[in-house]
Amino acid sequence: MTIANLNIAWLLPEILILTMACVILVIDAYLPKQLRNLTYHLTQGTLLGAALLIIAANPMQPILAMNDMVIIDAMSVVLKLFIVLIVFFTFIYSREYLQDRKIFKGEYFVLGLFATLGMLIMVSAHNLLMVFLGLELLSLSLYAMIAMNRDSKVATEAAMKYFVLGALASGMLLYGMSMLYGITATLDLTKLSQSVSEISNDRIVISSVNQLISETEEVELAIKNVEKHVTTITNSPIATKIAEIIEANIETDAMVIIKPMLASSSQNYTILVFGLVFIVIGVAFKLGAVPFHSWIPDVYHGSPTSMTLFVASAPKIAAFAMVIRMLVDGMQTLHTDWQGMLILLSILSIIVGNIIAIAQQNIKRMLAYSTIAHVGYLLLGIIAANADGYAASMFYVVVYTIMTLGAFGMIILLSRTGFEADKIEDFKGLNERNPWYAMIMLIIMLSMAGVPPMVGFWAKWAVLAQVINAGFVWLAVLAVLFAVIGAFYYLRIVKLMYFDKPTSLVPIEAGVDMRFALSANALIVLLLGLMPNTLMAICLGAWGISV
Amino acid sequence: MIKFTFYLFSLILIFASVRVVTVKNPVHAALFLVLAFFSSAAIWLLLQAEFLAIALVLVYVGAVMVLFLFVVMMLEINFSQLREGFVRNLPVAGLVGALILLEMVFVVGAWQNVPPPVATEIPNIVALGQVLYTDYFYPFEIAAALLLVAMIAAIALTMRPHNRAKYQKPDQQVSVNREDYVRIVNIPSEAKD
Repeated sequence: MTIANLNIAWLLPEILILTMACVILVIDAYLPKQLRNLTYHLTQGTLLGAALLIIAANPMQPILAMNDMVIIDAMSVVLKLFIVLIVFFTFIYSREYLQDRKIFKGEYFVLGLFATLGMLIMVSAHNLLMVFLGLELLSLSLYAMIAMNRDSKVATEAAMKYFVLGALASGMLLYGMSMLYGITATLDLTKLSQSVSEISNDRIVISSVNQLISETEEVELAIKNVEKHVTTITNSPIATKIAEIIEANIETDAMVIIKPMLASSSQNYTILVFGLVFIVIGVAFKLGAVPFHSWIPDVYHGSPTSMTLFVASAPKIAAFAMVIRMLVDGMQTLHTDWQGMLILLSILSIIVGNIIAIAQQNIKRMLAYSTIAHVGYLLLGIIAANADGYAASMFYVVVYTIMTLGAFGMIILLSRTGFEADKIEDFKGLNERNPWYAMIMLIIMLSMAGVPPMVGFWAKWAVLAQVINAGFVWLAVLAVLFAVIGAFYYLRIVKLMYFDKPTSLVPIEAGVDMRFALSANALIVLLLGLMPNTLMAICLGAWGISV
Repeated sequence: MIKFTFYLFSLILIFASVRVVTVKNPVHAALFLVLAFFSSAAIWLLLQAEFLAIALVLVYVGAVMVLFLFVVMMLEINFSQLREGFVRNLPVAGLVGALILLEMVFVVGAWQNVPPPVATEIPNIVALGQVLYTDYFYPFEIAAALLLVAMIAAIALTMRPHNRAKYQKPDQQVSVNREDYVRIVNIPSEAKD
């Protein structure tokens, strides 16, 4: 091993973020209070620098770095870019909110950078170990950032709940990984995928050989048949092994050796699926799919809104990448098995999310249940289990994060010192107070509901088209049905804003950067809706599909 | 013999782990955790992973658990209050747990061709040293970042700002004047009846 084949240059974005996080940590410790804004500006500069480096390090074909620990491919570049930009916007929205609540601390931004680093590692992980380390780096930073508002009882409770359930989910994931390692003896995703396909080929060979043996009474004839069969198969280790045994032994001896071998090897596939179940559970926890969703409403509700914004946006992209890395890069061969599990998660999420959201009076809780529903839609594309489906899901997750950013941004905008605008009534008569902000919220709500011409419509359309192509028409019908039900609670906000009288007439104040970013956010949602092809082409391109 | 040792230590491990969550006194729970660590270290020794075994004893038993014991003893948390729901939730939780355990036993129990421990010529610790800073260099660095995050988080969450602490300021104490603090008030004496 030499330094040259570590391909360190491809990791410059991660290196920059890690280095700057440490530098900012030290600088911040010596900064007087009135210069604290410098920490904020340094953080934002780092994120922009990382974005530039990510664009600069755009490989033509997938590149493995750091002894195959990391993969830099088209998907990772696109997702990393979005993660960094979304964190950038998150910090713009959070700045004033944090200052108002006296939690504008250097550690907040340093931990934010570490969380971003964790997300980047997850996105380009090429080893189960890296998936896990990236996930832990992200989660640990998030727990601490939520708990930062120490004097708030609900925030501490939210952090504690998130911590306990997150640790449980990590445990599940790790257990699944250890089962996979036990059966394949590798953590590398390429080797894992080879090993998995060999084991599933073995399974087919074992059942056909068993059938041949049971069909024929006579041992010699049976072995002859088996030999004829296994010599035609090249992609299964057990077939080669059986052929060798038959060649080396006389028929009766061969039979004695082969039979227990078949019996013991047939278990490998079961154990593999057993590990897969735990991996899917772990991932479902992190995505927040029903029935592993119970933490989402409490954490979204209890956290300071700036943290809800952080938790709800960029980590979803990372969680999506985690699903792709493990289920697709590592276990594409097992897709018939994980498809069923994901269908169940998806249906439940769509139903539970959309129905419970209707009953919510707190807009943060409402958006939490809407997140659960969106996760259900997001999984639809992955269920299709082909490149087009993954591209559609990728489009969905990017669009979803942009919309969520806007929605929580609006809550932050309406909040002020000592007042959280987290009730649905707080949006009453927003049009009279400020027509432009009402317009922003209108665009975002319509987009979330999936009303054309907003981009949310195209996202839903893309995943539904893929799930129909894959032959699950009933699933698509169900998803559309619940999208219509879900439209109710988004449109209720629109009704409150435009047709009700405002309850408070306090002018809405915000800095120039916040107002500009929020307006840009809404315009992006609208523009992407009018011209979805560019983003769609990028997502398809990430999967090697040219338009 | 190896099989007997394995089952012996496994039984102790399971017993100790169950006691960690069922025992009433938190100090006893911590001590049972120590026992659990010891038994798993012994099982690792059977797998010829002697470095990991000794690291577990030194780091977890020697350092982490002792620290943990100190914390438990100093905090004086009312644990009986924390475990109030234990009996109430036991039937459902126990049923679900038993079900999952049963399923796992069926699936994993049928797994026969468990790979044997890899016997190598180079000792465990050498093998570890050879890959830790080469093949696993990147995960190693990230693990370091993870520990840094844990440290930052712990400090950020527990450090109270200065205004709560009370400091002596000797220069101000010395330069105090009598006039600043003492005021002579002339109170007229009450008239005699």
